[in-house]
Amino acid sequence: MTEPKLGAYICKGCGISERLNCDQLAQVASSEGKAAVVRQHPFLCSAAGVEMIRSDMAGQGINQVVIAACSRRAKTEAFAFDTVTTSRANLREGVIWIRPDHEDNQETTQEMAADYVRMACAEVQQMRQPGGNTETGVNKQILVVGGGISGLTAALESAAAGYHVLLVEKSAALGGWASKLYRSIPTREPYADPQDTGVELLIHRVQTDPQITVYLNSYCNRTSGAPGQFSIDISTESGATHTVNAGAIIQASGFTRYDASQLPELGYGQSPDIIDQAELERLASAAGTEGSIVRPSDQAEVKAVVFVQCAGQRSNQPGHLPYCSGFCCNAAIKQAMYFKDNNPSVDTVILYTDLRTPGNGEDFYRSAQRKGITFSKGKVTSVVPGKQGAEVFFDDLILDTQTSIQADLVVLATGQIANAGIDVEHVTSAEEPTDKTAISVLNLSYRQGPDVPQLKHGFADSHFICFPYETRRTGIYACGPVRRPMDMAQARIDATGAALKAIQAVENAVLGRAAHPRSGDLSFPSFRKEGCTQCKRCTVECPFGAIDEDENRYPLFNESRCRRCGTCMGACPVRVISFQNYSVDTVGQQIKHVEIPDEMDEKPRILILACENDAYPALDMAAHNRLSYSAWVRVIPVRCLGSVNTIWITDALNSGYDGIMLLGCKKGDNYQCHFVKGSEVAHDRMSKISDTLEQLQLEKERVAIHEVEITDIQRLPALINDYADVIEKIGMNPFKGF
Amino acid sequence: MAKKEYSYFPGCSSVRSASASNYMVSVNTMCEKLEIALNEIPDWNCCGASIGYAEGGELPRHVLNARNIALSGKHNPGQDIVATCAACWLGTRETQERLNEDPDMLTDTRTVLQEGNLQDYYSQNIPVRHMVEVMIEDIGYEGLAKPVVKPLKGIKFAGYVGCQTNRPFGIDGESFENPRYLDKMVEIVGGEAITDYEKKVTCCGGALAFSEPEKSQKQIHDIVEAAYDQGADMIVTPCPVCQMNVEVYQGQINKRYGTNFSMPVTYYSQILAVAYGSTGKEAGLKGNIIRAKALEKIANK
Amino acid sequence: MEKSASKQPPPTTTAEKYRNNFLREVEDNVEEGEWVKMCIQCGVCSGSCPLGSAWEHPPQELFMMIRAGQREQVLRSDSMWMCTSCYNCIVRCPRQLPITHIMHGLANYAHRLGIAPAQNPTRRFAKIFWDNIAHSGRVNELLLSIKLYFMNGFGEGIRMAYHMAGMGFAMFKTGRLDPFGLFMHKGIDNAKELQTMLTKAREIEDRRRGLGLGVAVKAD
Ligand code: SF4
Ligand code: SF4
Ligand code: SF4
Repeated sequence: MTEPKLGAYICKGCGISERLNCDQLAQVASSEGKAAVVRQHPFLCSAAGVEMIRSDMAGQGINQVVIAACSRRAKTEAFAFDTVTTSRANLREGVIWIRPDHEDNQETTQEMAADYVRMACAEVQQMRQPGGNTETGVNKQILVVGGGISGLTAALESAAAGYHVLLVEKSAALGGWASKLYRSIPTREPYADPQDTGVELLIHRVQTDPQITVYLNSYCNRTSGAPGQFSIDISTESGATHTVNAGAIIQASGFTRYDASQLPELGYGQSPDIIDQAELERLASAAGTEGSIVRPSDQAEVKAVVFVQCAGQRSNQPGHLPYCSGFCCNAAIKQAMYFKDNNPSVDTVILYTDLRTPGNGEDFYRSAQRKGITFSKGKVTSVVPGKQGAEVFFDDLILDTQTSIQADLVVLATGQIANAGIDVEHVTSAEEPTDKTAISVLNLSYRQGPDVPQLKHGFADSHFICFPYETRRTGIYACGPVRRPMDMAQARIDATGAALKAIQAVENAVLGRAAHPRSGDLSFPSFRKEGCTQCKRCTVECPFGAIDEDENRYPLFNESRCRRCGTCMGACPVRVISFQNYSVDTVGQQIKHVEIPDEMDEKPRILILACENDAYPALDMAAHNRLSYSAWVRVIPVRCLGSVNTIWITDALNSGYDGIMLLGCKKGDNYQCHFVKGSEVAHDRMSKISDTLEQLQLEKERVAIHEVEITDIQRLPALINDYADVIEKIGMNPFKGF
Repeated sequence: MAKKEYSYFPGCSSVRSASASNYMVSVNTMCEKLEIALNEIPDWNCCGASIGYAEGGELPRHVLNARNIALSGKHNPGQDIVATCAACWLGTRETQERLNEDPDMLTDTRTVLQEGNLQDYYSQNIPVRHMVEVMIEDIGYEGLAKPVVKPLKGIKFAGYVGCQTNRPFGIDGESFENPRYLDKMVEIVGGEAITDYEKKVTCCGGALAFSEPEKSQKQIHDIVEAAYDQGADMIVTPCPVCQMNVEVYQGQINKRYGTNFSMPVTYYSQILAVAYGSTGKEAGLKGNIIRAKALEKIANK
Repeated sequence: MEKSASKQPPPTTTAEKYRNNFLREVEDNVEEGEWVKMCIQCGVCSGSCPLGSAWEHPPQELFMMIRAGQREQVLRSDSMWMCTSCYNCIVRCPRQLPITHIMHGLANYAHRLGIAPAQNPTRRFAKIFWDNIAHSGRVNELLLSIKLYFMNGFGEGIRMAYHMAGMGFAMFKTGRLDPFGLFMHKGIDNAKELQTMLTKAREIEDRRRGLGLGVAVKAD
């Protein structure tokens, strides 16, 4: 290995030289930062500035570069040197833009800048150039599980992009629920009438696509491997099994319809004239375009039909679904039109508490009103079957009365239940799943369980806002009603999105790079077996199930499944996990190289570990808005709060920092954490840190953790300033100078 | 510059010795200064106002307005119809829209108009406009500012737009919830506009001031009270119904609520006329029951 | 308000409720009535109405009642007579229902059927007003006010006139009321012609609505 040689480059542009003494910073870089070459440039990101750096790399052998200029999030293209390690000292967004330009601040502002130069020099010396994961697979096939609308769409979209697809469907035919519908809700202008489902065409296209191989009556009996190298045993009903390989998996396993016999108060099962929406589709298909829909009890034409919305849904009663299935209001409108379009004199009443018509459903709703379908806001209390038909009792929520309607046919809008497999987080032991009826969809051979983790109400976990198709198993993408309730139009959009993610995953995997959200990252975790105590924390805390166990019970990293969050690194009590360019030392050395003033100086130091996904950008944006925050803080961006190892906290306190703030994303059911669980585990770890604080006899306020959003541009500086006040109030850390 | 000519529909309240006669006087003065010629529609009739519906129904109401449109076409061909009263404007425009949408109604109306041989004069597309529209769109704010010779320095106005000048048609480019043209006019003439006047578009009770006095006076009470609370010296409005209701009931409201209201309520045309250098008489200031003293002072200067 | 309760026909049976009959009647006979079915029951109109609190059944509710077939309750209600024609509801309704016109239409329809609340002051005022303009072509404000004061009988009228005297005197003093208007009110030149027009218009409208000769539409 060649000798490390550090070059520090200080930009004087963007007002930096007007606010800071750049010569002093250069001095710091060379004497304390051990930079072999230090240069200042009036406009570092310009072609000339970059050229200056490149010629030092070539001529002087500079292989560690410190850019003391703007935020690491700015000018990334100008300062992308892929043969050397690079660190950025954030003098612009981190210092001059967040400090008021005033003589009184001059000293503290300069100190801030000098510290950032020290930190960058310290960091870059610990970094190694990442070379990419070498344990890569090369398989680019895409396995699609489920042959309904979502699966068919995902298969076709992947094939259209040039990827070979393996489509596994457990039943004997493609089409799923869609093929059982008479018509679908409209997806085209003017959104006024039911339209053909289009599923026949999709099936035909899939069957005739040379890029798609279909396995009917089949399921995934065993799934192992990682992106680019999955291996799947496909078994048929008859028991035959054969093994296929795939680079990524799209799980489009759809939903099961809620069992309406759990709704005796609504009369289901007590009369053939009380049915659910799926059964009405059957009646409508039977009637076809010519005939009228007849009621099952006596085959008489239906003259009055009542639709009961939210049947066993959006309810906290045991056995009911707490959520809204989202499709059933539009479906009821569509079904009411089956009657009205055939015979306008049929009375069609939709009883709802809130009518929810996503997509272009509002136009569809309007069309239904024009057709004379009656919408009444009422809460149905019971449905009482008669000899024929039934009487629907309800509280009229507008007229504030209890009333009833007689109907020939009553249609209950029941919900969707996700086919997400086994809830792996509630498995007590692998042999004894809590929900005994659940059947695994993927049968993953992962240490963490056979299916993708679920979030709420049995739906597959996926990042609701930012990465809707990402499950917590890298390379496996969920789409359609398995990840949240939805209708066909939404499922098709979903499937298209998931197909694109799967394609991205296989392409990255082949190159040994990370998948989303650090897409393209070449670093990966490595682990020093000698130090490992087999505590298993990394295998448990990795949000993505990347770490299995080897025969000797040591963690076994599947680099291709890894998303590079560093949560394992944060978890490891003996600190044997690291990335080439991000490790306990790259951050630890930054912490150590901040100059801690003497207690008498009355200049506290506050360490901020800020998540680079939301908190750090929010700080940058605060700077763009010229908001100011305390000069006592020193900010270090981290990949995820999950990667924060408690050693950083204890070291910082031991070396005299007065306070530590951790800024991460929202956790919990409505998490925004880019690595799903990172923020949550960080909170967990910090809740335990109070013991440490106690041991050190320090106030618990010295460590604070906050959930922030990328939009917290105003809030963040205020949060920091308030914290600085708190620290000033409780006084200096007594460990200073030890 | 040639005078701009319009076919003028003053409406029942804007005639001599009627409730808005001072509005009429000030509009005439203002128009003179702005070089606007108003050609009154000969023999115009009542628009039916906002209360005509109950006995009048639809077609008779539309016939009333269609007759005016036809008379305008007959006597003032090619000229835009301009109304100064919100209800007249609204009613006429509503009729025109309705007849444009409903061919049966149009045929029926034409049939009825035969009684006066007017059927061929009814026009489906002659613009029916409010005086305020003419001012903003044809003269423009700059044009409105030009004749100002006596800026209304130091007077604070609560611009009360009310309902029917504002809804459902309103002035192009303005929002229903917070129209701004009246404030702009106030500023143009050098007055101070209370731009966030809370009751800017609140209903004064309209025709129900007669039939439901208690309920309407509650509305008016709030309108005047807010003007006081927000520091207004006077209210200014574009609507004769608003002007009348908000002004004349203050005495009764004082009795009912124990208040001490005496808030002048002026027309936009009055404040413009004064700023343009007219006398109090020309601006119709004598017609205000609650005298707008601050305005009179400037007019008499 | 429910003075006429005894005259009400038996309530429609539950089985017949929500069978759209009254809705159809409204669609056919009430100004802009075909819009009633388009209401989504959001309540914005009711919340926007200046006299909203005075309505027994605010617009949203009236629309639901129509859809629920509550014919008598709707037509005998004095609610729609509370409409000040402020058009606030119209501009806010997310479904763009011409609510104001429907309120007017309902009032007019009930009035023409003769079942609107007889004592409702707005109804009576409206009639006096229309007669006033239909007669001469223009409003005679003085005559209108005097009629109005006396609409509740002579004694009440004197009381009213006394109550309003201060106002009237102020109007007179400022030149905004003509005390001789009673005798001198001019009206339009072709008042006769206008009267003929209005009579004819009424005839056509009644014919179209099947209302002719004052025969009320039969209740369902
Ligand atoms: S915790 Fe994060 S960095 Fe560690 S193995 Fe799992 S995904 Fe990779
Ligand atoms: S127009 Fe009539 S119904 Fe509508 S808000 Fe105004 S007063 Fe109420
Ligand atoms: S605002 Fe419109 S849609 Fe809403 S309740 Fe009123 S009429 Fe119905």
